[in-house]
Amino acid sequence: MGSCPGTTGSSVREAIRLALAIAAKDIRVELRSRTALLSAVVFAALVLVVFNFARDPTAIAAVDLAPSVLWVTFALAAMVALNRAFTIERENAALDGLLLAPVPREALFLGKLLANLAFVGTVEAVTLPLFVLFFNVDLGGALPGILGVTALATTGFVAVGTIFSAMAVRTRFAELLLPVLLLPFMVPPLIGAVQATSRLLSGRPLSEVMGWLRLLAIYDVVFVTLCMLVFSAVVDE
Amino acid sequence: MPSSDGLVLEARGLSRSFGRVRVLRDVDLTLAAGEALAVAGPNGAGKTTLLRLLAGLMRPSAGEIRVLGRRLTRGSGETRRALGLVSHQSLLYDDLTLLENLIFAARLYGLPHPRDAALAALESAGLAGRAGESPRRLSRGLAQRAAIARALLHGPRVLLMDEPFTALDAAAAERLREELRRRLAGGLGLVVVTHHLSEVWPVANRVAVLLEGRWASDEPRTGPLDGFLPRYHGLIGA
Repeated sequence: MGSCPGTTGSSVREAIRLALAIAAKDIRVELRSRTALLSAVVFAALVLVVFNFARDPTAIAAVDLAPSVLWVTFALAAMVALNRAFTIERENAALDGLLLAPVPREALFLGKLLANLAFVGTVEAVTLPLFVLFFNVDLGGALPGILGVTALATTGFVAVGTIFSAMAVRTRFAELLLPVLLLPFMVPPLIGAVQATSRLLSGRPLSEVMGWLRLLAIYDVVFVTLCMLVFSAVVDE
Repeated sequence: MPSSDGLVLEARGLSRSFGRVRVLRDVDLTLAAGEALAVAGPNGAGKTTLLRLLAGLMRPSAGEIRVLGRRLTRGSGETRRALGLVSHQSLLYDDLTLLENLIFAARLYGLPHPRDAALAALESAGLAGRAGESPRRLSRGLAQRAAIARALLHGPRVLLMDEPFTALDAAAAERLREELRRRLAGGLGLVVVTHHLSEVWPVANRVAVLLEGRWASDEPRTGPLDGFLPRYHGLIGA
């Protein structure tokens, strides 16, 4: 039976409204407690400091090492931020309140994804200037390209991280299980991101990294869609 | 609206196992509009599991549940709108105020004026003066009142309550009974799981006993609780 286009349109609008309400709630909770955001930012700064003092600038040029350091920092900080996505729902069994409500599971996933993107994006926004400072790299004209790569890579692994965070939260070892589940899925976007960042920092034109950008975009489309489709099976007991 | 046979809730052949342990065995349940069913039973009888199944928070191993005549499934968002649940936990976020918690819940249920609905629910629970407080600052009794306010906020047609009178003082308990009577008169279907039948006896018009995952009895509430208790104790072997 086909659905009426008007009905489909209004259910999409309703799903977006619910997703925004859930994301706004998550952001408000985080702004009030500030625990995950602060620990992720401090953790990212610490990783950069350690890498900065551990490297030998005479042995390897900053521009060769910098992309890997940047993405290791982003990935580890994202892990810290992603852990909070569903742990806040464990308190007072708040997740039951979400699941009990007439909220399509796709909207719930989208809301959580948006909130996680806001957190990880904030951590990255703070980390990037620190990275420039510590590694003395000149972003210059590469900045728009790097921002594009960051947005594409982050969307992919945060989508996968959101679903694994929902899966891990029901277990006793949520904090340990999330990295174990997520890291293998982070490898493809991280490879693409490191390769593209490396070329952009070396002053190569954007056209040279279009292949990597396309790969990252395909990863995003596939995994955001897949995660949205299987989310119900993950959260509904 | 209730189904054509007047039922707001119907469960057929409900079973649930956790591994090899069968917690519920082939349980049937019907609830008409305006009916209040008190479910009693010893610890581990399956009462909380039954309630979570009826709320759609857990999938049955076998059987099906119908709410207002529609099957409760994973995707049945609209059917969930008819349900309200008071569980052992408040379902509230400690980092939001009571008002923010209820506004968020009102948004989830698509209520037209979330803030007004949240304020009215807090007022009705006697918590208007505490709207700006965090749930973590509330006493157990006040948190329970907030949890009840959250469950009633969207005007559910079927209300599922697990020990709702826990930690409530006498005045708050009486206020809750009054609220339930008013909603039952309006067509609410109520299932209350309890160890303390005396709290719910004045509201219930049916009482059932769950024993080892099966109904040991299910009968209309007639007469005072004192007349039922010897039978109940006999059933549970107390």
